[in-house]
Amino acid sequence: MAWIWLKKIGTYLLVLVGLSILIFTIARIIPGDPARMALGPRTPEETVQKLKQEMNLDKPIYIQYVLWVKGGLHGDFGKSLMTRRLVSEDIREYLPATFEIVIISTFLMIFGGITLGIISAKFSNTWLDGVIRVISYLGIVSPSFVWAIIFLLIFGYLLPIFPVSGRLSMSITEPSFITGMFTIDALLSGSIDTFKDAFMHLVIPAVSLCLGGLAQAARITRSSMTGNMTKDYILAQNAYGVPEGVIFFKYLLKPSLIPTVSILALDIAALFGQAFLVELIFNFPGLSKYGIQAMLNKDLNAISAVVLILGCVFIIVNIIIEIIIAILDPRIRLMGRSV
Amino acid sequence: MKKKKMNVDMNLSPNEITKTLNIKRNKSEFIRRAWYKFSSNHMSIVGLAIISIAALLGIFEPIIAPYPEHVGPFVDFASACQSPSIIHWMGTDNFGRDMLSRVMFAFRGAFLMGFGVLLVVVPIGSFLGLIAGYFKGKTISTFILRITDIFLALPPLILALCVCAIMRPTLFNSMIAITISWWPWYTRLIYGMSASISNEMYVKSAELLGASKSHILFKEILPNCLSPIFTKMTLDMGWVILLGASLSFVGLGEQPPIPALGTMVSDGAKYLPELWWISIFPALAIMMIVLGFNLMGDGIKDMLSSEE
Repeated sequence: MAWIWLKKIGTYLLVLVGLSILIFTIARIIPGDPARMALGPRTPEETVQKLKQEMNLDKPIYIQYVLWVKGGLHGDFGKSLMTRRLVSEDIREYLPATFEIVIISTFLMIFGGITLGIISAKFSNTWLDGVIRVISYLGIVSPSFVWAIIFLLIFGYLLPIFPVSGRLSMSITEPSFITGMFTIDALLSGSIDTFKDAFMHLVIPAVSLCLGGLAQAARITRSSMTGNMTKDYILAQNAYGVPEGVIFFKYLLKPSLIPTVSILALDIAALFGQAFLVELIFNFPGLSKYGIQAMLNKDLNAISAVVLILGCVFIIVNIIIEIIIAILDPRIRLMGRSV
Repeated sequence: MKKKKMNVDMNLSPNEITKTLNIKRNKSEFIRRAWYKFSSNHMSIVGLAIISIAALLGIFEPIIAPYPEHVGPFVDFASACQSPSIIHWMGTDNFGRDMLSRVMFAFRGAFLMGFGVLLVVVPIGSFLGLIAGYFKGKTISTFILRITDIFLALPPLILALCVCAIMRPTLFNSMIAITISWWPWYTRLIYGMSASISNEMYVKSAELLGASKSHILFKEILPNCLSPIFTKMTLDMGWVILLGASLSFVGLGEQPPIPALGTMVSDGAKYLPELWWISIFPALAIMMIVLGFNLMGDGIKDMLSSEE
């Protein structure tokens, strides 16, 4: 049992190493001299050479890689050419904001999706099921940046109940830095107003982000529940006279959640990807907006750090999901145990 | 069907000739049956209609667009920012260009992107998947799968953005970027199928009869993977176009003044809410294309399924 998990974690570590090589390669095959590009064409050659030495660009490529990984392990990704600050500082500032959106979005996605799925399985082939099906189709086919634009139009101008720009209102001061997540920091420092304001700013971005995954979760939950409904073990429970509700939630729902949960890892990763565009639209200063700016400015240190961090997050999410699946699925949980 | 036809030979036995003839007669029957299955769900016809209309609009854009010259570097400030009307169905943008003509032209780039990416991604991804599945457990299979895992550890959008960022932003380069981030999904899909088909009796018997590796891979295993590949391709047309729109949304796709769906949405977002039509119509166009390919994909899944 422990051996299987160790092997799995080993595989993930291997993926992480591969990912770092991939990112490093992408960042270094860029045409042109990064040091020259950072300083502009009119800088004297000496300064460029000095920066090159500082960035280790004068060393062979494999040594550059080793140095980069070494730095990365200590949280040192070099200086951002764009903000002229340490990349790690930038990330410390921007990452929590993205986490805030993605975490709320994930919760909405999981609970909303599964609830809709349950409702539409329970009332399958009624009008309610039809309505939910149409909604999930719309959710799946519209990219979150389209939702973001639509919500911006609705809540920004027609129905201004939620703020649609930035992380906080002008009148409210930032809470002191504890976790970097404004909502949690505000709660920790006890200012309810700040919490409310920060939370309100999160609602619309999170909702527009989650709709795609929510719709997908709903559809998969529904189809796996309706598929399991006709299985023999449910029939047997019915024959024993087990109450309908107990069958539905205890015996039908639990195994039906496995397919939903197993795609969640991909969905959460997709949330981080979509956040790139949504943060841009809502002018939300998160990691993704920082990442886009870095990409548009060809800021290599920042790009590679952002991508590597997202890769790590994805791997951690994957491990968590595998543990949840093992809890849900006895076939996997008991694997490797002597029968 | 195709496989049997290829076996037609000059010196066939009478028995085989009747068989071939039967197949030929059945060809129209086959198409009729496929259409019946496809159209049994009315929504797939809707999907087909949406895609056909969009494709026709894109192809015949120079002829049917009301203002074909508006797709280039055209400026007419006198008619800028007009709301949708009889003259400009989707209104005009801040340069006075007709939005309808521009959206129609953008369909071209979108479809070109979908076809171009899939044309490269499907053969490469499927080939690697076939090999990885058939040689499951061997070094080459593990190697391919680990590489796939690395690429899958990043959401396609982020990987594509990353690759795009280091190149000059053009339609072609964004196609390359999407290709790089998309092939692992096919490898993964085909790997699973290929691995399970490799254990089937007919593959084992072909091995025993001394068939070559390429015969087994392409004549025995591949034909049995085709229907999910086709289904996924139809769905992916929509997703690839969407990913392309996302890239051009942040300015890493086709460059202005050439219209791209994503660029138009992001340009229009600056003028919300007064000039809502500049971004809403291209956004709706993206939604319709993805919806169309999704509906069509469901129909193709029905069509290729063996259930009668």
